[in-house]
Amino acid sequence: MGKSSKLARYSAAGLFWRGIRKQSWPRVWRQPAMKSTYDVVIIGGGVHGLATAFYLASNHGINDVAVVDKAYLGSGGSGRNTAIVRSNYLTPEGVAFYDRSLDLYNSMSADLNINVMFSERGHLTLAHTDSALRTMNWRAEVNKLQDINSSLIAPEEIKKLAPSLDISTDTRYPILGALYHPPGGTIRHDAVVWGYARAADSHGVDLHQQTEVLDILCEGGEGPEGKGAGGRVIGVRTNQGDIHAPVVVNCTAGWASQLSNMAGVRLPITTHPLQAAVTEPTKTFLPTVVVSGSLHVYVSQTDRGELVFGASVDPVATYDQRGTLQFTEELAGHVLELMPGLSKMRLMRQWAGLCDMTPDYSPVMGPTQVDGYFVDVGWGTYGFKAGPVSGEQMAASVANNNLPELIAPFALSRFTEGVLVGEKGAAAVGH
Amino acid sequence: MLLVPCPNCGPRNATDMNYRGEAHSRPDPDAATKEEWRTYLYLRDNPSGWLRENWYCSSGCRRHFQLERHTLTGELRNPPLPGRKTAGA
Ligand SMILES: Cc1cc2nc3c(=O)[nH]c(=O)nc-3n(C[C@H](O)[C@H](O)[C@H](O)COP(=O)(O)OP(=O)(O)OC[C@H]3O[C@@H](n4cnc5c(N)ncnc54)[C@H](O)[C@@H]3O)c2cc1C
Ligand SMILES: [Zn+2]
Repeated sequence: MGKSSKLARYSAAGLFWRGIRKQSWPRVWRQPAMKSTYDVVIIGGGVHGLATAFYLASNHGINDVAVVDKAYLGSGGSGRNTAIVRSNYLTPEGVAFYDRSLDLYNSMSADLNINVMFSERGHLTLAHTDSALRTMNWRAEVNKLQDINSSLIAPEEIKKLAPSLDISTDTRYPILGALYHPPGGTIRHDAVVWGYARAADSHGVDLHQQTEVLDILCEGGEGPEGKGAGGRVIGVRTNQGDIHAPVVVNCTAGWASQLSNMAGVRLPITTHPLQAAVTEPTKTFLPTVVVSGSLHVYVSQTDRGELVFGASVDPVATYDQRGTLQFTEELAGHVLELMPGLSKMRLMRQWAGLCDMTPDYSPVMGPTQVDGYFVDVGWGTYGFKAGPVSGEQMAASVANNNLPELIAPFALSRFTEGVLVGEKGAAAVGH
Repeated sequence: MLLVPCPNCGPRNATDMNYRGEAHSRPDPDAATKEEWRTYLYLRDNPSGWLRENWYCSSGCRRHFQLERHTLTGELRNPPLPGRKTAGA
């Protein structure tokens, strides 16, 4: 890849030099004029779209690629998530897939030459009921079979890992045990978006922000305007003009159905908001990520000392990204149930992002019934951790026009074949 | 919070209700092909705009009914309509 030499390297020495010479930093990626033809158009400039573009160029030498986003890069879920990564899923298919993503995250800072601040701090999923204990045990066994560091631990051990948790037995939701997953942790999501954007750009990929796709152009399909099964994609119509392309990849998460309907491909997806909130900074006291399914809440502490909280998705489908008071109230109640000591903490911010929920809590990936139209959607509340592996596998899927083995279980056709990949037991609380 | 107008109980908080999602007509289970049935079970329009959807008045009169709601603005239009009598729509 000749063009990769253009990538200006970040280093401590470089920082020092620029500091003493008072040099400003150059733009990190180009703002090229939009061409009328590309080999591949990727819709959505989140971690999935950008990673797919990067691996298309770096692994397959396909760099006549445009990534278009209606807003700015990372404006969707990729810039709104709570940054948790883990691979302790429930199905063997899920575990293998998410574990490959953790591998890629592990070497990302070096591979992309950007500090993604991977904090491998360990991940606790609390069980408050017998049935939850059973699910945790099941997950631990599935995980161990695939060499994932994951085990069931007792309340005393939990207290050692996270001393602020209330493990007394006279509470409404006593802590009976937890699934402990040491390789889980947090990663700075913005750095991942910018890292992939910068690396894709340096390989020649064109990034077009403020470019909204209004229609997906097709021919030969059985539906109106040549869309739908049996047809093929010929390009996209955007608010900046038409682009001709034989391949279009939908990486629009919460908006996935809207875009897919433009190609005449209905999806098994409904869009729900997921909310999160962050407190004022405090002295660090919470070393691990803590999740409680029964209480619909999870929490981690940032390096700056803020507590980041998340929950389950709002139950009513909507494209509205406003936070609600109902969320804040329920969240506060549930957090205090776990950590009574936090009652004086103040919330600084709360926000929401759109999640593309599937019936089985697994994604939808690969080719569709429209030739050249690919999807990488259904990321629900768990797609940040899957960004790298999805990009890698979708790039292979597009380059070879097939469905790679690792993502074969996630094909759209599983819904008409009735072969679902049920991850609800490992993914229902959003993170 | 979204105020949901139950045809029996009048406006109630959405938290008193059970949201049952997009309303589509159910194919005849004896006549439908597997594909038609699974399409009905899983595939959704999921529009950003007006949607006809099923609600269940779970903490009130336990009636199923249908609403027309705008999924971006939260507006409602037209009075609620009676929905299917069986649960699990
Ligand atoms: C509050 C919250 C917390 C979360 N926590 C976690 C977590 O801890 N761990 C985890 O793994 N996952 C988490 N997630 C889920 C994760 O954030 C998403 O699954 C992931 O970011 C999806 O990435 P993406 O690149 O597919 O889509 P996005 O980042 O959502 O990007 C989609 C892009 O498509 C663009 N777009 C939409 N329509 C159009 C159009 N018509 N034309 C052009 N562009 C368009 C949007 O502008 C957007 O930038 C969380 C999500 C939320 C909301
Ligand atoms: Zn009622």
